[in-house]
Order: sequence, then structure tokens, then C-alpha cells
Amino acid sequence: MSKNPEFVKFDKVDKSYDGKVLVVKDLQLDIAEGEFITMLGPSGSGKTTCLMMLAGFETPTHGEILLDGNIISNIPPHKRGIGMVFQNYALFPHMTVYENLAFPLRVRKVEKDEIDKKVDKALSMVSLSGFETRMPAQLSGGQQQRVAVARALVFDPAVVLMDEPLGALDKNLRESMQYEIKHIHESIGVTVVYVTHDQSEALTMSNRIAVFNDGKVQQLSDPAELYEKPVNSFVAEFIGENNTFNGEVIDIAKDKCKVKLANSEILANPISIKSKGEKTTVSLRPERALINPIDKMDNMFTGKIEEVIYHGDHTRVRLNLLGSSEFILKVPNSTSNLELKVSQDINIGWNSVDARALDPK
Amino acid sequence: MSSETKQILTTDGIPLEVSLKKAEKKNKIKAFLLVAPLLLFLVITYIFPIGDMFMRSVDDKMITNMLPKTFKAMEKWENLDELPPEEVYRGFYEDYKLLAENQQHGKLGQRLNKEKNGFNTITKKLFRQIKRKKIDESASIKEQINKLHKRWRNVEYWLAIKRTAPPYTMAKYLKGMDMYYAADGSITQVDEDRRIHRILWLRTLEIAFFVTLFSFFMGYPIAHLLATLPMKYSNLLMICVLLPFWTSLLVRTASWMILLQQQGLVNDFFVMIGLVADDNRPEMMYNKVGTYVAMTQILLPFMVLPLYSVMKTISPSLMRAGKSLGGTPFVAFWKVYFPLTIPGIGAGCLLVFILAIGYYITPALVGGASGTLISNQIAFHMKTTLDWSFASAMGLMLLTGVLVIYWIYNKLVGVDNIKLG
Repeated sequence: MSKNPEFVKFDKVDKSYDGKVLVVKDLQLDIAEGEFITMLGPSGSGKTTCLMMLAGFETPTHGEILLDGNIISNIPPHKRGIGMVFQNYALFPHMTVYENLAFPLRVRKVEKDEIDKKVDKALSMVSLSGFETRMPAQLSGGQQQRVAVARALVFDPAVVLMDEPLGALDKNLRESMQYEIKHIHESIGVTVVYVTHDQSEALTMSNRIAVFNDGKVQQLSDPAELYEKPVNSFVAEFIGENNTFNGEVIDIAKDKCKVKLANSEILANPISIKSKGEKTTVSLRPERALINPIDKMDNMFTGKIEEVIYHGDHTRVRLNLLGSSEFILKVPNSTSNLELKVSQDINIGWNSVDARALDPK
Repeated sequence: MSSETKQILTTDGIPLEVSLKKAEKKNKIKAFLLVAPLLLFLVITYIFPIGDMFMRSVDDKMITNMLPKTFKAMEKWENLDELPPEEVYRGFYEDYKLLAENQQHGKLGQRLNKEKNGFNTITKKLFRQIKRKKIDESASIKEQINKLHKRWRNVEYWLAIKRTAPPYTMAKYLKGMDMYYAADGSITQVDEDRRIHRILWLRTLEIAFFVTLFSFFMGYPIAHLLATLPMKYSNLLMICVLLPFWTSLLVRTASWMILLQQQGLVNDFFVMIGLVADDNRPEMMYNKVGTYVAMTQILLPFMVLPLYSVMKTISPSLMRAGKSLGGTPFVAFWKVYFPLTIPGIGAGCLLVFILAIGYYITPALVGGASGTLISNQIAFHMKTTLDWSFASAMGLMLLTGVLVIYWIYNKLVGVDNIKLG
């Protein structure tokens, strides 16, 4: 049985709350069956609104949402059969863990034995067996979160929505939960639509990421491509760290262009520029610039160290380079490390392929 | 031994417990001083008056103090089927003579008359004899008194005097429940057509119950709306709830009188839309209907506010979760939302019920004869009959009733579950 590549489909969806501002603009998004897709974006970018429309708590102002080929815009939330994990877990505080998990099964009139079996299975999936009689208030944040995940999955929904489910957890717990959710997804193959504003979370967990800004999907691609090949300067800025240069294109070839900065010129990879004279923002990942490169690189400059910050596994170096004092370098910490001192001059080089000339900011 | 050797010491060698107590003592004194004004206030305005009320309600020392010799002699009166011995007559004569000299004999006559009808006449007769010095103290007092009136020869009258001997009595409480001490000292119910207090108690409970019920059914949706509407509308609605709350009770009751009277606005409206004939306007005031309507409106905020404060804390995502998990809106409400509002329901109902059973002004003004409550009866005895001890007894019975309700509530729901805000 082949997986449906358009299992969930947003078809030209617009959403406005007040009739003046569009929160979601002309959204066109296909989600494949069994996929883990993340909607990533700053707050107010429309990602949660999309999720709420899919869950049925908001109706699209225009356009249709399809689930497995059926239009669901007019189906109330409780008939959609979509599991949801809420930001604050939304566990029913007056019910035990068992009752919380049994709730979706009881309203579906599942038989008692079957409920017991399913609850058991769901709890062991999130490694919380034996917690059936606890009340939510007696659980830690991480445990509550797992119960919420188990409850969203216990009735075998076709799609599970997660609205920043890890937002309230501390960093360590968050990371382990990320892996746990990823593994659950891999083992049961449910379609997951995940909303977050945390880019590292998105990169860790997703098959594909849809970066939202200003009500529009800026880029939809897998994590590696999103990081390595951002298509515009918003995505480049939002995902990972970034050194930027603003300038003007003075020469352009097929896979190289020359960009004139305030008082120098660099070579870059033309992504969203077409012709000479265009303004552009060149984006370069900090780890792609090397100190004293051994290989020949087509961009070679000398900069002055402004600040050295030790970060454990790497050292961040802020340089004054090409008229900007905000150029960041990431140097891995190894035994053969260089002595880096403030106000020392060092040679920096990078390949023009990694310097992506994008739309101007 | 081992516990002594293992005692933990501070670095200075003082036992830790002692040191801790010393450190905490200052805080305890501070805390006590902070609550002291309230404590004093409570003692003066609450505990002391209630104690005084209780003493008044059971106090029966008047006769005890008036007839000391009589009651002393009565201790030797063993065969209660026969008239008391000579000593009792002599004691009574001496007590009465003393009272007559101090002009106190009238009070005794009245008090004894309350105990048994007919005392007033025969004590007055005795008083006249004493005044004319016609009693020969050297002869048998028993014979002389018995000759005065045939009632003195009736053992029932002497038993009535004996019943007034204890300094404390439950008679007022029995009266509050339409019962009394019969001649033989047993507790008896009054005749059926005279049982007014029991009707009042039951009516008070009934009205309080239904007012609570009406307030709940009207207040719950309001509170829900208040908690879920956007801020600018909910503020307006809140004002609508609170504005009557801030208006004087008397003004609100008076406005209900304007609305509900037979020539009032509501009746006019009914006539206008043709619901009732002009010459057949229903009475909506000076009966239970008036009491129900006015009290429900007046007590509604006490239901809405606790409910609102509880509902405000219920995250809207819980209802959403209930729906997304497959519950219909009704199931999500009934299984998720409603159970979470129970603390507010408990607080609101308890508040309204307790306020309602002690309600006074509104039933007094709009209740008429069939709509008055026990508190109106208490006020009647305070102001009109001046039987303060009976009023105190009924007040205490009301207070006990409230405490019992509170206790039952605690058993059923748990006081920890009350949330007022």
C-alpha cells in the first residue's frame, strides 16, 4: 500500500480574524501520510492558526483543508479523529492518568477490555506503565507531557497535532523528549504535524520543515537542505547562525557572482539574484569560514579578533572583517587548538559556494 | 539513653530544638500580635454576644432566686402525688412575704402564670392576706394557705412551682420547635393548629433551597459567559452583575415592590400583552412568589462571583482537548468542564443557602404572611413581644442549623474544595 503524498492538504487557505489582516495567506501545503512535518516560525507567523484550522477550532476564511481526500472544513473537531497535544498538555486534572487515556476510547464506546489493553499499550509506549492511578498533579512536567502524547495517540488517530508540546520543559528533558517523540513517530508511523518556534527542535525531529513568516510558508524542505540551502534571507537568519554582508552585485556568472560591499568585493553563490546592479544580502554560516585554510579558497581576507568566547565544545570568535565587527567564527575545540587572542590579526577564508547571495534584507 | 546521646547540637553547643524554638518564638509573637486586633474584635462582637444569647436563651434563674426557701424545702417533698409537707408551705410563705415587702410579688405571679394558668389569682389572694396580716405564723401555714383557694389544694400547682426550680431550662428551645414541658415534666407537642414555628422552619429551608437552585441555574451560564467572553464584553457584563450588588439592599427590595405589586409594571405588562385580564391581576407580592423573585435576584451575585473565579482558572484548552479527543461538545462539558467547576458550585451554593436561611429585610417587605421566614419571627420577638430569651433561642437554633449544613457539606464535598476566589 503506497503512502498518500497528499494525506493532509491545505488548498489555497486564507485566514483572517478581524477582516483586516490576513494571518495566513494563500497557504498551499501537502503533508504525506506518515510524515513528521514541523511548522516553524516566530510567534505571530500563523503556524498555530494553521494547526487550529486543521484541528477544527478555527475555520478557514477562504480555501479548503482536505484529510485523505475529504474536505473537512465543515466537520466539527470531535468528528475529525485528529489527536492533539496541547502547549500546556491540557490533561484533565480531575481524572487519573488511566481515565485521561480512557476518555477518547470511552466516548467512542470502546469495550472495557479493549480500553484496558489500549491504555496499557499507550502507557508502555511512553514508558509510564504503572502510573495509571496517579493524578496529573502528582506527575512531573515531563511525565505529564508523556501522558498527553499517549492520550493523543491512544485512539489510533490518522494525524496527531502537537502545539509546542515541549515549551514548558527544561533543556535536558526537552532534548530527551524530542528523541522520544521522534522514536514513537518512527515506530507507529502516524502522521505528525508539529508546531514550534525552536529551530533546533525542528531540525532534530522533522522529516520536513515548513518555515512560516508573515502568514506564508517561506521554505518547505528537509532539515539539512533548510540549514544548508536557505532560499531567502529570512530563512537564513531564522535557522541557525549566520554572517551577513549587504552589497550590490557587480558581476554575475552561472554559479558565481561578485558582490561589492562598502569597501571591498567578495565572491558569492547567486541564489535569488538574477542580474547585475541588484542589491543582495550574502549569508555565510560561521562554521564554513576557516582560519588559515590549507586548501585554496576563493575568498581570503584578514580580520582582527574583537572577542573570544569559550563555549565548551567550541570557541566563538568575533572578528572585525570587511568593515563589520559582527563577523562570527565557530572554532571547534581540539588539542591542536590555535592560540586566539583579542586584537590579533588572522587570515580567514571561505568558498564562494557557501556564501549565498539572497534577497536583500 | 541513646536519644540523649544522639541529640543534635548547634555549633555553640545548644540543643538544636531549643535553639529552633528560640528563633521561632519571636516570629510567633509577631504573628500573634498581628492577629490580636481581629481576635479581640471577634471576641467582642461575635463570641461574647453569642455566649450572652445562649445564656439568655436558657436562663431561668428569676424564680430560683425569688423562692430559695421553697425550693430548699421541696427537696424533702418525696411523695409527689400528695400535697407537699408543711415545710414547703412555710418556705413559700416566707419567700412570698419577703417579695411582697420588696414589691416583687407581681413578677412572680406573672411568671408562674406562664407556667400554669390560674396562678395570678391565687397569689394575689395570698398577697392580700399577708398585707392584712391575717396569716398566723405560729399555726400551720399549710392549712391556712389551703383554705385560701381550692387551687392551692391542687397538687398540680405545687408541681408547677417545682418545675421552675432549676436555674436553666430548655423550654424556649422546645417552644421554637412547637413543643413544651407538660405538667408531668414530659416533652409534648403543641396542638396541631398551633404549630406555627415548625411551618416557619420548613418554609425557611424550602425557600432557601429553591432560591439556591434558581440562583445556580441562572448564575452558572452568566459566570461561564463572564469567564469566556473577550475582556471588553466581560467587563461590561461584570458591571451588570456588580451594579445591583453595590446598590442598597433596601433600594433593590423596594424596586421589586414597584415591579411586582398588583398595579405594578410586571402586571401592567401582562395585561398589555393580554396574558391576564385587567380585573384578574395575579398577586406576585406579599406571598412566596415575591420572596423567591426578590431573594434570587439579590443573592445572584453571591453565586456568580465564586463560580466566575473558579471558571476563570479553567484553561480553555481543556474543553478543546475534550473535543479533539472525540467528545461531543456536551460530553466535553459534562465530563471535563462541569467537574472542574464543582468547587465554585459548592462555594456559591453554600454562600447563597446560608445567606438565604437568615434573610430578613426582603421577606419582611415583599413576603407578606406566606412569605416570611424564621428570621422575621425572631425579629418579631425581639421588637414586639420583647421575649428576648425566645428570640435568642431561635437565633441559636438557626446558627446550629447553619453549622450542621456546613458539616454535611464538608462531609460530602470537603471544605478544602471550596474556592471563593
